Amino acid sequence: MTTLINIELFKIFKKWRTYIGFIAVALLVLLIQLAISISGRDVTSGLTGQLSDSFIMVGNLLNGYFVSYMILNSIIINIPFLIVLVAGDLLAGEATAGTYRILLTRPVSRFQVVLSKFLTSLIYSYMLIFWLAILSFVVGIILFGTGELIVLQNGLIIFAKDDIIWRFILAYLMAGLSMCTVAALAFFFSSLVENAIGPIVTAMAIIIVFAIISAIPIDFFQTIKPYLFTNYFFSWRLFFDDSLNFVEIIKSLSVLLGHILILFGITAYIFEKKDILT
Amino acid sequence: MNEEKVIEILGLTKKFKNLIAVNDLDLTVYKGDVFGFLGPNGAGKSTTIRMMLSLISPTSGTIKIFGKSLLSDRKYILKKVGAIVEKPDFYKNLTAYKNLSILGRLSMGEVSRKKIMEILELVGLEKRYKSKVKTFSHGMKQRLGIAQALLHDPDLIILDEPTTGLDPQGMKEIRDLLVLLSREKGKTIFLSSHILSEIEIIANRMIILDKGKEVVEGKVSELLNKNKLKVTFEVDDNNSARKILEGTVWQDKIYSSIDNKIVFILEPEDISSLNKLFVENNVAVSAVIPTRSLEEYFLNITEKSI
Repeated sequence: MTTLINIELFKIFKKWRTYIGFIAVALLVLLIQLAISISGRDVTSGLTGQLSDSFIMVGNLLNGYFVSYMILNSIIINIPFLIVLVAGDLLAGEATAGTYRILLTRPVSRFQVVLSKFLTSLIYSYMLIFWLAILSFVVGIILFGTGELIVLQNGLIIFAKDDIIWRFILAYLMAGLSMCTVAALAFFFSSLVENAIGPIVTAMAIIIVFAIISAIPIDFFQTIKPYLFTNYFFSWRLFFDDSLNFVEIIKSLSVLLGHILILFGITAYIFEKKDILT
Repeated sequence: MNEEKVIEILGLTKKFKNLIAVNDLDLTVYKGDVFGFLGPNGAGKSTTIRMMLSLISPTSGTIKIFGKSLLSDRKYILKKVGAIVEKPDFYKNLTAYKNLSILGRLSMGEVSRKKIMEILELVGLEKRYKSKVKTFSHGMKQRLGIAQALLHDPDLIILDEPTTGLDPQGMKEIRDLLVLLSREKGKTIFLSSHILSEIEIIANRMIILDKGKEVVEGKVSELLNKNKLKVTFEVDDNNSARKILEGTVWQDKIYSSIDNKIVFILEPEDISSLNKLFVENNVAVSAVIPTRSLEEYFLNITEKSI
């Protein structure tokens, strides 16, 4: 299985489209960091607002932690569009290129093939989040230094310096898991067709529709909202509550993992039964 | 002949909605055979090969390779099989070397650089090992296809029209290679083609498939029996010619007679005797066209399929 995953990773990193995600994330992060460095304290004053009238704010509030939080908050909704470019191509791309014929005539089970490709899509999703973390966190700290983290989450919360890193690690892991759901969705569509464009566009369309439904304040939509995976794109924020809400965290993990497992299960079944005609 | 069965197919059928691509096919290939799998385009050859490699599942029937069921022992079988299925497609953005390296690792776990270079040399691509496959011509891809099929030294080689797209010299080289693999290395070769002459040169046994059904199966030497020919004599005067033949042994050998063409079923040595008879009796013969009956039949079904 390790060999198969290595081969799949090698194959995807030989494709130009794989780097689009990394380039886009780098550009966005650096752009936001540049904008923040130009805007300076105006960015944090929006949060502290009237509090500044009653309290004296000391220390470096506009720091690398705050910038990283802002970046994750701003661009997590856009990363799915970068992930589907790769995940949607993993199966359909082989069909388009006709390479199933050389791949599936090797002494490797179809389940191993589909599992290795799926795991590759998950690894890619986490790599993209890791890249986002490195750029926003490390570069953020270099550019803006460290300090207390101030966030607006059911009220204004200020975290002490030594109470921040673990929250970010868990937040990035949770954000990665929500991106894995996106990868699983695109991967599922990729198993249905023989051209990568279809799965990419369909997965993007579903994310957009679900995101819109989640945002519309109508009772019916609010009823189904908890079942939509897009609703959990911001679950990483749960790690920035003053005291962690474990019920919500477990619920989020369950919904995201449930989506991933169910989508992979269906994909594996389809792939096992599929006649390779390309 | 060694009677160890390498491939045994029984009642193989594949239906795609309303189309029956392969219909109740029985087929046996023995160890050391170069087995010709002949049929016009659309006869069901590639569908059969895809089923033999578990790329598609049969609607009914069984496939046994090396005495084991493809359904239950797929991995064991594929370890010992090298194949080209239809046109050779590879990872275009990777080099020829890297493609073989990946495929070798999937087949054998690990494959040495020496082994890959040996195979590339065998198919004449050693100088292009660093080139990306997207820069290859169809013929070069075909050669690389053969290389990947031979890379893990398989006992059974399944080749789906391997000479398509090659120039005459390339075709000859591949045929020579197949003969070498069969005679000197004892490989069993299952060779699909729509060219009868190609099968005739290489194969010892063959089957002809048409519209998914077996037409004929047997030894090539028997099926293409050169002792019985259908020979067309084109004469200037059919009536005179028929009169000369009356009461002779030749009359019973007439197959058909239309216009100025009289078709006989003859032994090869009869042709000159009959020609002499016509000439001595002042019947001008403008052409003598020998055709083997199976060849004619195959040409007919091939033409119909175009």
